[in-house]
Amino acid sequence: MGTIRFENVSKEFPGMGHPAVDNCSLEVTEGDFVVILGPSGCGKTTLMKMVNRLYDPSAGTIYLDGQDVQQISATKLRRQIGYVIQQIGLFPHMTVAKNVSVVPHLLHWEQEKIDRRVDELLDLVDLPPAEYRDRYPAQLSGGQQQRVGVARALAGDPDVILMDEPFGAVDAITRESLQDELLDLQRQLHKTILFVTHDVDEALRLADQIVIMQRGQIVQYAPPLEILSRPANGFVNQLVGGDDMVRQLSLVRVEKVMQPLPPDFRNNGQPTIESQHTLRMALSRLLRSDVEELVVVENGTRTGLLSLQDIQTHDQLETNGQREVNGRGALHEKHEKNATNGRSP
Amino acid sequence: MSYIWNNFAEIVTLSGEHLTMVGIALVISLLIALPLSVLMARSPSLTTLVTGILGTLYTIPSIALLILLLPVFGLNQRSVIVALVVYTQIILVRNIVAGLQGVSPILLDAAKGAGMNSWQRWRQVQLPLALPVILAGVRLATVVAIAIATIGAKFGAGGLGTLLFDGIAQNRYDKIVAGSIVVALLALALNYGFLALEDYFDTKKRIQRQAKRQAAPQPMGQIQPA
Repeated sequence: MGTIRFENVSKEFPGMGHPAVDNCSLEVTEGDFVVILGPSGCGKTTLMKMVNRLYDPSAGTIYLDGQDVQQISATKLRRQIGYVIQQIGLFPHMTVAKNVSVVPHLLHWEQEKIDRRVDELLDLVDLPPAEYRDRYPAQLSGGQQQRVGVARALAGDPDVILMDEPFGAVDAITRESLQDELLDLQRQLHKTILFVTHDVDEALRLADQIVIMQRGQIVQYAPPLEILSRPANGFVNQLVGGDDMVRQLSLVRVEKVMQPLPPDFRNNGQPTIESQHTLRMALSRLLRSDVEELVVVENGTRTGLLSLQDIQTHDQLETNGQREVNGRGALHEKHEKNATNGRSP
Repeated sequence: MSYIWNNFAEIVTLSGEHLTMVGIALVISLLIALPLSVLMARSPSLTTLVTGILGTLYTIPSIALLILLLPVFGLNQRSVIVALVVYTQIILVRNIVAGLQGVSPILLDAAKGAGMNSWQRWRQVQLPLALPVILAGVRLATVVAIAIATIGAKFGAGGLGTLLFDGIAQNRYDKIVAGSIVVALLALALNYGFLALEDYFDTKKRIQRQAKRQAAPQPMGQIQPA
């Protein structure tokens, strides 16, 4: 559950010269973290807001799990889709618990179930319920508020979560830790996430797939590494800074390019690297330790190998964790063979 | 002052009449102002039109307005109540519209995105956030209505104005003073009552109160001996 398909979707606002979203087709696979990236005014937020019908498309159809969203009542649809917005948008007159339980209340859950869910979610986002349940948003830091915002979006246990520049209003350090927490959450929950941002670093760090938009159109839909190594055009290349190798390495995580552990693997005491660390860190470790490959570990277990060659040649990507990604708009057919996100199917 | 104690029963009766008029008028006025303001908060052109009309009505002297209303509603409380509704309308509408417009569009977007329908958005988000400003409007309207209602006595509506007009007619200074004091006390009391309500519903002040309670030291009795 949680596939989203855009079919030739356009959106025009009266009084605007060109359409905000112009004939976009896109298929988002269940459980994928998809970041929509582009400069302001490129239509990324409009594209996202059509999924939960905050806007209705002027043309085309959006399918959620095969069902045309226009056929679902707007309020019912929105209650089954998580929504995190810019500037957090917590209700200032409600306590943290009340904020988190907005959707469960709308879904008429029993109070006991709601209370349990609130505690569970606050634990999940690292805000001990005993301490935070009865606080008001004004009594929380920006980062804490945003965590409550995420908990609120998760409350109804939606398959799909929409996030509209959720970390735009917090400082850089908090933003990074929120990003890490979000990745952690996603590893546990496997939701389909549609995440809008204009921040390239954020997109590269978070995404399984990146949608790049320019003037209402989708220019490229591909995993981060492919965006970096094979930008669809000059605009994409300039946007993501495709020529700056070191910057790229510091944004891509080891798990995205590592090779699976061969069955005959023997532990010879090679140096290790965490799967969450960046390629830049892996590279410096490789250069320092005079070995051919590093052992990748995740939560203390060995999960893969990473060699200098893996870092160097993105062309070898297709040998790694191959996975079908289909129906991604005609523009991107030619990149189809490279589609992978480094995870097992 | 002695007039008040010696005629306490009469003053209670007159106050009752006075408050009944004001109360009925405010309830009717609110019932009109709330839906009207919801429409106005959505349409700037309607806001200009309605505030223009209500503002003009507000400038009509109260005696003139009452004389205009008499042929329609008769020489009784009804005319006075209608006049009070007309005068309080502009105060209520202005405050309710300001309160509703003060609610951040981001919060309404969040409420919509969570799947609230328009009634739920109004009930759970807009109204509670606008409530302190709305209550400030009700408070002002109440004070204005109490003052204007004194004129009602001239038009057969009774109320505390009776003391004032009788006092003038009979050259009874003590009656005039007594009437003025009681009217002022009523206005003050209701003013502070509504102020307290505003405070109660104000989120910022609610948070301060909660913080104060938590910071308060534990009573001695609860400290366990070592």
